[in-house]
Amino acid sequence: MDGFQEYFGEIHSMVRQTVRKFVEREIRPFVDDWEEQGEFPLELYAKAGDAGILGIGYPESYGGSAGDTFVKIAATEELMRCGSAGVAAGLGSLDIGIPPILALGTEEQKSRFIPPVLRGEKIAALGITEPNAGSDVANIQTRAVKKNGHYVVNGSKMFITSGARANLLTCAARTGGEGSGGVSLLVMESDTPGYSVSEKLKKMGWWASDTAQIFFDDCLVPAKNLLGEEGQGFYGIMENFQNERLQLSVMANMTAQLALEESLKYAQEREAFSRPLSGFQVTRHKLADMATLVEASREFTYRVAAKMDAGKNQVKEISMAKNFACTVSDRATYDAVQIHGGFGYMREYLVERLYRDNRILSIGGGTQEIMKEIISKFIFESKK
Amino acid sequence: MNIIVCLKQVPDTESQIKIGPDGKSIVTDDIKWVMNPYDEFGVEEALRLKEKHGGEVTVVGLGPKRVTESIRTALAMGADKGILVSDEALDGSDSLANAKAIAAAVKDLDYDLIFTGQRGVDDDLGLVGATIAELLGIPQFSIIVKVEVAEDGKSVKVERPIEGEALIIESNLPALITAQKGLNEPRYASLPGIMKAKKKPLEEKTLADLGLDSAEFGEGARKLKILELTPPPERAAGKIVEGETPQEKAAELAKLLHDEAKVL
Ligand SMILES: Cc1cc2nc3c(=O)[nH]c(=O)nc-3n(C[C@H](O)[C@H](O)[C@H](O)COP(=O)(O)OP(=O)(O)OC[C@H]3O[C@@H](n4cnc5c(N)ncnc54)[C@H](O)[C@@H]3O)c2cc1C
Ligand SMILES: Cc1cc2nc3c(=O)[nH]c(=O)nc-3n(C[C@H](O)[C@H](O)[C@H](O)COP(=O)(O)OP(=O)(O)OC[C@H]3O[C@@H](n4cnc5c(N)ncnc54)[C@H](O)[C@@H]3O)c2cc1C
Repeated sequence: MDGFQEYFGEIHSMVRQTVRKFVEREIRPFVDDWEEQGEFPLELYAKAGDAGILGIGYPESYGGSAGDTFVKIAATEELMRCGSAGVAAGLGSLDIGIPPILALGTEEQKSRFIPPVLRGEKIAALGITEPNAGSDVANIQTRAVKKNGHYVVNGSKMFITSGARANLLTCAARTGGEGSGGVSLLVMESDTPGYSVSEKLKKMGWWASDTAQIFFDDCLVPAKNLLGEEGQGFYGIMENFQNERLQLSVMANMTAQLALEESLKYAQEREAFSRPLSGFQVTRHKLADMATLVEASREFTYRVAAKMDAGKNQVKEISMAKNFACTVSDRATYDAVQIHGGFGYMREYLVERLYRDNRILSIGGGTQEIMKEIISKFIFESKK
Repeated sequence: MNIIVCLKQVPDTESQIKIGPDGKSIVTDDIKWVMNPYDEFGVEEALRLKEKHGGEVTVVGLGPKRVTESIRTALAMGADKGILVSDEALDGSDSLANAKAIAAAVKDLDYDLIFTGQRGVDDDLGLVGATIAELLGIPQFSIIVKVEVAEDGKSVKVERPIEGEALIIESNLPALITAQKGLNEPRYASLPGIMKAKKKPLEEKTLADLGLDSAEFGEGARKLKILELTPPPERAAGKIVEGETPQEKAAELAKLLHDEAKVL
C-alpha cells in the first residue's frame, strides 16, 4: 500500500466495477429516452436489487450487505456516471426512506418494510416537505390523530422523490402540539384508503425521477406503523439528514467531475479561430480552476465521510461539505456549458443536463442558507 | 464436475491507450484493470454448469499482484477458489510461456473442463487457450457460443459459429473451451458476493512452486518479439460521390471503387 491513508481499497474497487457494469448494461443505452419520458422503468429497481446495489450499506439480516461509507460512495459515484442524476435520485430514494425505519423501527417493522425495498420489489420514499413547510421542518401541518388503534392522517406532502410510484412513505406528521416536539414519523403504505398522488411534477432537472405531491384524506394508518415513540420524529429526521447531505455532496462532486471531463474532451475537439479551444489560455485556465475545485471538494467530502464512518459528529462539517460541493458544481456546470458554446445549450450534450440537474443540489436535503444557519450556530457557539 | 477458468487482467476497454517511450509497450500508469470480458463469459458458464451438475469452480490468473482483484471478482460471482501464478521472472513473457506456467498450475488438479477466453482484448492473440490444451494433451474447442454437458457429466456438446452456420462438436471430457461473446450474460459480482469472496481460498504460486525453470520465462525467452507498436491510422475524410442522376453517381462510384479503393 502507498504510504498514506487511502479511502478506497480492493472491495470498493470491485463494487465500483459491478456498478459500472450495471450502468453500462442497464442504464446508459436507455437513459436519454428515460429522461424524455420523465421516468425509468420499474423493473430497474428489481434489477438493481438483484445485483445487490440497492442493499449496499444495510444489514444482511434485512437482505442488505453492510460495507463502510466508502462502499456506498463508490456505488453512488459510479451510478452518477450514467449521466442522469434523476436515475440516481429515483433509485436512491430508499436511502432517505429506509434509514429512519432502521434507526427508530422495531424488529417487526424492520423485517416487514426493509427487505422488499432492498430487493427492488417495493419503492421507498421520504415525506417531510409540505406545500407550506420546507426548510422549517418543525412547522409541518400534516396531522395524525390516534383513534382505535389507527392514526387518522390528514394533510399533504410536496416534492416527494419517487412520490408518484412509492409503495412506502416514511412520513412526518404532527401527533402532538406545535413545534418540533410534536412531530412523529409514520410509515404510510400507498394502498391505504385516503392516500392519493398527484401527476408527476414537471421540473427543471432530474427528469428521470418521478417527483410528486401526496395527499392524505382521512388516511387510516395502523398505529403499529409509528416509528419509535410519538414526538421522536424531528430527531429522526435530523439524524437522517446527515447521510442525505453526504450523498448530495457526492452527487455534486460527481456532477462537477462529469462537467470537467466533458469539457476537457470538447475543448480538445472543437476548433475556433483555427485552433482547438484548449489552445486558448483562457480555456485552459478555466479547466485548471475546475479541476482544482473538484479535487478539493472531493477530498473534503471524503475526509468528512471518513469521520462520519468512524462515528464522529460531523453535523457542521457535512453542512460545509455540501455547500462547498454545490458551489463547485454550480461553477463547474456553468463553465462547462460556456465552454461548449451554443452546443452546451442543446439537449444532445451532457453538460446541458448536468447544468439543469445540478440546480436542485443546493436546495434539496437542506438549502444552502439552512446549511449556513447550521454552520454559523456551531462557529458562534463552540468556544471550547 | 470440476471446472477451471483461466482469467487474464486487461486494460478496461474504455481506457485511453498510449504507447510508451520505448515504442514497444503501452503506458500503464492511468489504466484501469479489469477481467478480460471473454473470461467473464467463461466464469459465468462455469458457474451455470456447477449450479446444474455440482462440483467446484477454480479460477486461475497469471500476472502481477493486482490480478488478485480480478480473481476475487470471479470468486464474488460465485467461483470457489483461486490460484494466482505470480513471479517477477514472468514479466515480459509471451503467450507460449504464460500458457506453459498456467498448464503447470492446473495439470495436477482434478478437472473436467477448462475455460479460457477466445482471446485477450489487449494483445488479441488468442494463443493461450490452444497452447494450454496442447500442453495438457486434451481436446480444445475455440470460439464457442453454446455449451451442453451430458447428464452423466462425461461428455460435452459445443457450438461454434462459422459464417452464418453453426458447427456442432461433441467431445469426451476433459476438454478446453475458449469462450466467445454470446455464450451467456455474465452475472454481477454483488456486494454480498464480494464480502464472501474475502474468505475464499486464494493460493499464490511462483515458478519455483510449480517446478519450472525461470530461465524459460520473461522477456529473454520470448519466441514472439514485439518490434514496434503504432497507433491505428487516422481515419481519412469521407468522400461524397458527385453526379446529377443516380446513374451518373453509380458510374462514378464504380469508377472510384475500381481506381481508388481497388476493390472491384
Ligand atoms: C426535485 C426535488 C426533490 C425533492 N425530494 C424531496 C423528498 O424526497 N422528500 C422531501 O421531504 N422533500 C423533498 N424535496 C423538498 C426539499 O427538501 C425542499 O424543497 C427544501 O427543503 C426547501 O424547502 P422549500 O422548498 O419549502 O423552500 P423554503 O423553505 O420555502 O425556502 C425558500 C428560500 O428561503 C430560504 N430560507 C428559508 N428559511 C431560511 C432561514 N431561516 N434563513 C435564511 N434563508 C431561509 C431558503 O434557503 C430558500 O432559499 C424535494 C425538492 C425537489 C425540488
Ligand atoms: C438558442 C440559440 C439560438 C441561436 N440563434 C442563432 C441565430 O439566430 N443565428 C445565428 O447565426 N446563430 C445563432 N446561435 C448561435 C450562437 O450565436 C453561437 O452559439 C455563439 O456565437 C457561440 O458560437 P459556438 O456555439 O460556435 O461556440 P464556439 O465559438 O465554438 O465557442 C465555444 C467556447 O469557446 C470560447 N472561445 C471561442 N473563441 C475563443 C477565443 N478566441 N478566445 C477565448 N475563448 C474562445 C467561447 O467563448 C466559448 O466558451 C444560437 C445559439 C443558440 C444556443
